[in-house]
Amino acid sequence: MNGGDEVGGSGKLPQPLDWRFSQVFGERSAGEEVQEVDIISAIEFDKSGDHLATGDRGGRVVLFERTDSKNASGARRDLEGTDYPLRHPEFRYKTEFQSHEPEFDYLKSLEIEEKINKIRWSQTANGALFLLSTNDKTIKFWKVQDKKIKKICDINTDSSRTLGNGSAASSSNSNSTNACLTNGGLPDKVNNSLSNDFSLPPGGIPLLRLPVVTASHETSPVARCRRVYTHAHDYHINSISNNSDGETFISADDLRINLWNLEISNQSFNIVDVKPANMEDLTEVITSAEFHPTHCNTLAYSSSKGSIRLIDLRQSALCDSHSKLFEDTETPSSRSFFTEIIASVSDIKFAKEGRYILSRDYMTLKLWDINMDSGPVSTFQVHEHLRPKLCDLYENDSIFDKFECCLSGDGLRVASGSYSNLFRVFGVSPGSTETTTLEASKNPMRRQVTTPSRPSRSLSSITRAVRRGAAESSGVDGNANSFDHTTKLLHLAWHPTENSIACAAANSLYMYYA
Amino acid sequence: MAMVDEPLYPIAVLIDELKNDDIQLRLNSIRRLSTIARALGEERTRKELIPFLSENSDDDDEVLLAMAEELGVFIPFVGGIEYAHVLLPPLESLCTVEETCVREKAVDSLCKIGSQMRETDLVDSFVPLVKRLAAGEWFAARVSACGIFHVAYQGCTDVLKTELRSTYSLLCQDDMPMVRRAAASNLGKFATTVESTYLIAEIMTMFDDLTKDDQDSVRLLAVEGCAALGKLLEPQDCVARILPVIVNFSQDKSWRVRYMVANQLYELCEAVGPDCTKTDLVPAYVRLLRDNEAEVRIAAAGKVTKFCRLLNPELAIQHILPCVKELSSDSSQHVRSALASVIMGMAPILGKDSTIEHLLPIFLSLLKDEFPDVRLNIISKLDQVNQVIGIDLLSQSLLPAIVELAEDRHWRVRLAIIEYVPLLASQLGIGFFDDKLGALCMQWLQDKVYSIREAAANNLKRLAEEFGPEWAMQHLVPQVLDMVNNPHYLHRMMVLRAISLMAPVMGSEITCSKFLPVVVEASKDRVPNIKFNVAKLLQSLIPIVDQSVVDKTIRQCLVDLSEDPDVDVRYFANQALNSIDGTTAAQS
Repeated sequence: MNGGDEVGGSGKLPQPLDWRFSQVFGERSAGEEVQEVDIISAIEFDKSGDHLATGDRGGRVVLFERTDSKNASGARRDLEGTDYPLRHPEFRYKTEFQSHEPEFDYLKSLEIEEKINKIRWSQTANGALFLLSTNDKTIKFWKVQDKKIKKICDINTDSSRTLGNGSAASSSNSNSTNACLTNGGLPDKVNNSLSNDFSLPPGGIPLLRLPVVTASHETSPVARCRRVYTHAHDYHINSISNNSDGETFISADDLRINLWNLEISNQSFNIVDVKPANMEDLTEVITSAEFHPTHCNTLAYSSSKGSIRLIDLRQSALCDSHSKLFEDTETPSSRSFFTEIIASVSDIKFAKEGRYILSRDYMTLKLWDINMDSGPVSTFQVHEHLRPKLCDLYENDSIFDKFECCLSGDGLRVASGSYSNLFRVFGVSPGSTETTTLEASKNPMRRQVTTPSRPSRSLSSITRAVRRGAAESSGVDGNANSFDHTTKLLHLAWHPTENSIACAAANSLYMYYA
Repeated sequence: MAMVDEPLYPIAVLIDELKNDDIQLRLNSIRRLSTIARALGEERTRKELIPFLSENSDDDDEVLLAMAEELGVFIPFVGGIEYAHVLLPPLESLCTVEETCVREKAVDSLCKIGSQMRETDLVDSFVPLVKRLAAGEWFAARVSACGIFHVAYQGCTDVLKTELRSTYSLLCQDDMPMVRRAAASNLGKFATTVESTYLIAEIMTMFDDLTKDDQDSVRLLAVEGCAALGKLLEPQDCVARILPVIVNFSQDKSWRVRYMVANQLYELCEAVGPDCTKTDLVPAYVRLLRDNEAEVRIAAAGKVTKFCRLLNPELAIQHILPCVKELSSDSSQHVRSALASVIMGMAPILGKDSTIEHLLPIFLSLLKDEFPDVRLNIISKLDQVNQVIGIDLLSQSLLPAIVELAEDRHWRVRLAIIEYVPLLASQLGIGFFDDKLGALCMQWLQDKVYSIREAAANNLKRLAEEFGPEWAMQHLVPQVLDMVNNPHYLHRMMVLRAISLMAPVMGSEITCSKFLPVVVEASKDRVPNIKFNVAKLLQSLIPIVDQSVVDKTIRQCLVDLSEDPDVDVRYFANQALNSIDGTTAAQS
């Protein structure tokens, strides 16, 4: 009937996914105005997929934890598994903290806004979560740990009683606030064991007691900033990425990429510098950078000219020369004023095994094989219907929007966002024609092309529905007429092991599963 | 309600503050843990304090770091060696925290304690601790484990030894690169305790695995292991097992690994012996000196003298010198700078004739380098070459280089050359100095930058020490004193500064006859800054001159100043007067 079904029938290609709404956090009620500071600006799953972090323009980081895999005991989960084979990830709010505050750089007379540009999870250790968050200038390393609430009891000195030795008493005043003094049973003859010249008896002084710490069973997550990496970027940081060696990470701004050791916050090494001697010669800036997931010496960075460069850290200390360059040499059929602008890569991501790189430019998603630098393996049109409207998009600056992209853990599908709170999922296996458009709402398929076989469609949606194949060619997408450049879906992330996508629509976090 | 009598109060507070909200107070208590332990007595320290510390290891890193350090020397406070094992639990929990410096300190302390423990205790409690850490769920514990194997291994049974070796081997293959790095950097230490039969059979296998690791960071730590292991192996084994690894590393794809080899190569030469050094390591070193990556050349160039010391002069001239020549015109200033800082040391190795023939042209070209750092590095090591060939051959090029540096537009460069002037003076001799450098020293005294003027004044003092008061009387004092009429008060102030530094060197007589009249004259200056500096200076002159001079001249001058309209001048004058009275009172 439609392309997806036919492919599924062949038995070789994966079935197109049937996406369903899972959860929403921070949903807006009708007519509620979105506060600028609440708009989500970064989303990232951790390596295990048990945690999800979002950052917002107000400099806050919110953490979510998976509920379904943890709560149920093994046996019960097995039972449930048989009942509901499609157990999808569910998350709950865990904690949030203020990662960045607005600052003012007095030397340069520059305001540094608190907006979180990127979040990257680091290695979990000792049951605590670690993550890096960055705004335009400053990267911070956070530790989030469940801490038991503790009370300190049974202390030697009671500050409520004024002692003759007033000077010493003052230093213990702060104890009184959290001291729950229990009756320790005062020994009868206090003075017996003490001599005035104060020499310590060999057996110790029985009177002295150690504070007793009682831990309650309640725990609460506490976030602590462990390190601050700052003063290393003249331009705005667009990416951070952890190395597989577990001890270093990179940060990239428009012109430079710096290499840091996680434990050393006062120095970094500049490994890429594309700043020309004369700034008037500047033609290209760095837009995104990422380490290879397993090769500690390989990293990729993308540029505003649409190219991706692979560099080998082993070759040289300053990696100005790339080891591989990926460019789409295919000249666009019609060159225009906008050709260069829309060629700019807004995001790159390595696939899990590191063989493929996904890149997003304004109009397309491209998948590259790092062993093939002649051109992309495949190209997906994200919103081709907007091509005639580039002029309007330029006028209102939307053409400079930076859409992120993501790959599924199995590497079979990719996703990226568009306008009107839509995002699209494409199958990347050879021969796959899987293309799904979803809307970030409780009813993701509302705008989607539907098939008559699916029930529970309102009449109106069926009338609007257009067959998927036709939609591409005719340019009359299901949403074409309702395109809204103010509701853009820039940030989204794919769960590392399951078919689950988290995406941000303004201040709301929507999650879908298949 | 607990109450403590007064004499105990400070200790009671100290104990309470182990759990204070203020980190500084907690830190203070932890630093005085030994006092607390003595107050509690050995038994309660064992039964209460130590368990208390074990349970409270979620404090701030600073507190934990202090705790880890204190526990390392805590054996006397728990009742001696036989109770040393009670200290292991708190250190074990400190070994698992994620902050590296805390873990390292805890590992240090564990090693200290473990090395003092009785063998039975080692087997009963230390070895199980090592095994627990090595099997830890989180990488932090396993990283710490790598650092204490060498302590556990000594003095335990053969069965346990076999187990420890296989556990270490597992750590060398851990999933986490952090653990493999720790295993690589501790392998040398562990190997020193392992019996030689197992060295080849087991330790070298672990080493081979590490040298082939995917992670550059692991491989480069294995480089360090080469030297340590090489010293343990029989020479023929070393040649067979270590040498190929070194040669491979010197051609590793990663410049960081080659950099490590360049830094360590001379140590490795000692391990493999002179024959292999000649046939294998000299070519490897030559490759590193010609490496594509400047960082590697910097490391290699910086070791050129140390390396040449291991060779005979012919080999050095034949193989190393051509590279040195190339490096002296390297495109990277940092390479030239690294070379310049060590190359003078080659002169004693090569001897007089070879130095004149081969090294002198290189010295001369580096002395004319466009970067001041390179020139400065040559000048700073002048004494080494002076002993071999004398200064005459260099002096012609030296002077323009010095003059140029002395007038460099970067004040830090000027500062650096001033620091070397006493060295130059001692090497070049009085005659050369008088002719060429004397004027420069005076010129610096009027530099626009305060730090330079200050350094120049200090330089005069050091010159006076070098050449003696008589020479200074002729060549320095008149010029300095002339400046007292300078229209700029900052320069007049410099005269006072120079006097205060030189007076102790010049002695009482010259101070009274030459300096004091100038100072007294300066006390009538119109600028208050000068006047209160006079007061300060007079105070510093009191111990140098005779009491009669103090009473006659200095006191009167200070009394005048103490009636000055400026409050600062009065303040410093009164301070000086008080100190006169103080010394007089002390004497009487």
